[in-house]
Amino acid sequence: MSASSTAKSMTIGESGLALIFAVTAFLCVFAAAKALDPAFAFHASLGAAASAASVFVILNRYFERPAELPPQEINGRPNYNLGPVKFASFMAMFWGIAGFTVGLIIASQLAWPWLNFDLPWTSFGRLRPLHTSAVIFAFGGNVLLATSFYVVQRTCRTRLAGDLAPWFVVVGYNFFILIAGTGYLLGVTQSKEYAEPEWYSDLWLTIVWVTYLLVFLVTVIKRKEPHIFVANWFYLAFIVTIAVLHLGNNPALPVSLLGSKSYVAWGGVQDAMFQWWYGHNAVGFFLTAGFLAIMYYFIPKRAERPIYSYRLSIIHFWALIFLYIWAGPHHLHYTALPDWAQTLGMTFSVMLWMPSWGGMINGLMTLSGAWDKLRTDPVLRMLVVSVAFYGMSTFEGPMMSIKVVNSLSHYTDWTIGHVHSGALGWVGFVSFGALYCLVPWAWNRRGLYSLKLVNWHFWTATLGIVLYISAMWVSGILQGLMWRSYTALGFLEYSFIETVEAMHPFYIIRAAGGALFLIGSLIMAYNLWMTVRVGEAEVESPVALQPAE
Amino acid sequence: MADHSEIDTVSGTATTGHAWDGIKELNTPLPRWWLITFYITIVWAIAYWIVYPAWPLISSNTKGLLGYSSRAEVAVELANLEKIRGEKMAALATASLADIEKDPALLALARARGKTVFGDNCAPCHGTGATGAKGFPNLNDDDWLWGGTLDQIEQTIRYGARSGNAKAHEGQMLAFGKDGMLKPPEIVNVANYVRSLSGLPTRQGYDAAAGAKIFAENCAACHGDNAKGNPELGAPNLTDKIWLYGSDEATVIETITNGRGGVMPAWEGRLDPATIKAMAVYVHSLGGGK
Repeated sequence: MSASSTAKSMTIGESGLALIFAVTAFLCVFAAAKALDPAFAFHASLGAAASAASVFVILNRYFERPAELPPQEINGRPNYNLGPVKFASFMAMFWGIAGFTVGLIIASQLAWPWLNFDLPWTSFGRLRPLHTSAVIFAFGGNVLLATSFYVVQRTCRTRLAGDLAPWFVVVGYNFFILIAGTGYLLGVTQSKEYAEPEWYSDLWLTIVWVTYLLVFLVTVIKRKEPHIFVANWFYLAFIVTIAVLHLGNNPALPVSLLGSKSYVAWGGVQDAMFQWWYGHNAVGFFLTAGFLAIMYYFIPKRAERPIYSYRLSIIHFWALIFLYIWAGPHHLHYTALPDWAQTLGMTFSVMLWMPSWGGMINGLMTLSGAWDKLRTDPVLRMLVVSVAFYGMSTFEGPMMSIKVVNSLSHYTDWTIGHVHSGALGWVGFVSFGALYCLVPWAWNRRGLYSLKLVNWHFWTATLGIVLYISAMWVSGILQGLMWRSYTALGFLEYSFIETVEAMHPFYIIRAAGGALFLIGSLIMAYNLWMTVRVGEAEVESPVALQPAE
Repeated sequence: MADHSEIDTVSGTATTGHAWDGIKELNTPLPRWWLITFYITIVWAIAYWIVYPAWPLISSNTKGLLGYSSRAEVAVELANLEKIRGEKMAALATASLADIEKDPALLALARARGKTVFGDNCAPCHGTGATGAKGFPNLNDDDWLWGGTLDQIEQTIRYGARSGNAKAHEGQMLAFGKDGMLKPPEIVNVANYVRSLSGLPTRQGYDAAAGAKIFAENCAACHGDNAKGNPELGAPNLTDKIWLYGSDEATVIETITNGRGGVMPAWEGRLDPATIKAMAVYVHSLGGGK
């Protein structure tokens, strides 16, 4: 190391970023000292600590590294950058377990309200956004970061763009999660569903996300393949659209630059419309487009079969992208939203049915010629079942967007059941399947520690999902029917509290389903941990593909 | 370019000729059923736009051939409901409580209305079956703090108890211990005396005579010499084995020491007079009405 240190100099990225973090650390200390509310002071302190740590890590990394940055290629083969992939994979598993646990807690609170403990930070109102953000943005987001950084390198046959930038994206994103999550517990929220983080978290996420876009885009641009692989179209659509949605939904004016509270620029029904334009497309582009990208790489890779139809992938991609963005108003049926907007939301949702199923067809039919592998490979089974859940949810969604159906389903547990058949069945299982593939690949292991444990995970989680969604279907439809039931004299048959009493048994079943799902994920974490700890290293071909990380 | 199309042996379909990290793509045509269903949903959407309000224009929007509006739909549904409820709804507003009791059809309507309103307004405290809870009276028994006639019940619903309304029922159980009117041993004696009035066992060695004396000097003013209570003051009957806060010695001592003064909200202004009347009729019909 000392031999090469003569020619060593800091890159612009290293010196620039270290300087920016040094200034940020100073600003954060100032903000913490002058903060108007304790939550803001706490977050500013976290910011100061993280910035100072970043300066240290960047400098330390510089002194430890050889003069040359890692080469793009070694012996004519791409020198893939797997560090950020591993980090995001680990964080995905961590946040997944955290998010499922909080989900189980709030499901239990609904069944047994005393579990709120009469404390503000353990109340349902604060834990619910903690659950949704932890599973969607922390678990799902890290799965997307890990897989996108892996897939884009492999399918472009080039090293990830940037040296510090990919690390900045994965660590910075997880810092955003930390700020958002601790904020919820402390009562910091702008009260917009799935967009609860306050102005300063939003600004930080914007910086991280634009960097993410640049890393991904530059990697695609410098690809060694003539064409862009289908998964990368979906990843790119996801990254670009989430940026647009985030900026569109969150413009806000802080009360003070030294306090956590801000007011969103939109008001009234416009605010509601923006909120659900954002909310539904978080489903469409975060939880659908991003995870379809995962499907398009991991299913053909695991099944060792070609993708069923290139043409279908093109048509359903563009149809999905074009139609999804219109569907948000179906969350606001029979509200102050004008009728014409409700009509558009509903009709575009129905037109979205086949474009969604295009992805399902391509996922399932890729298995043709490899169906026998479902018997022997529980990982592939998990991936395929996720696509089946995707197909089911994307039929149910358009159906629930139809106004007559919605008049029964809206505000009931049916919606919760629908969301979880998509979240647990589709997003959860496709993520689990992808992580089961990715961890041995990224850590250079011959295979998983135990396929038998994957099988246990599969059946435990599947049983959990079935309990969860069937309980919510029954309770939701029961609830909807009770709400609209009239007596012969023209009065409501049931009071609201009677409908709540009727939900109780289903809430217990739902919590049991959630517990099984959580147990499955613990089995998975153990399996992945053991894979990394004791798994045998893959015997590489004579030429090393990558240096030790 | 290394790309070259080949025939996949399993499906017999040609690939596109590219491969990414070993992944190839088949050039399978779009499934016909998929395409046809997609077209059908598009045609259906266009047809829907023609008949329903759909596209925004500069200052208005397309209205659709059906002339539909969700506001009009709500108005129609509400009108239908009024029709089902019938003309008696108007009578409910003007009829006196006595008139309602005499007209079976009106009575049934008032009870039905009252039941609905009770579920959404009263059940949170009194329970869906009006069975009450600690501090919240059971409305099914014939023990009434403020009187159980139709008029008295309506009065209580309308103005509440200790609700802040000018016409609310006032009067409360004083904090005899906290405010120094009685000493702890005296409270033990009077508590046991009160328990004895409804046949509950008493603590061994308590002074019954002293308890009776304390009761006569401090409690009888509201609860009456015979401890049968006084609905004018909301003072409960202490001889009937019905206890709002509990009958065990500790709870009775707590009541005498710290006093009681539960609040019943005033519903006047929140519910219209006809609804309050209906609720009074419903509560009266629960089984305890006098």
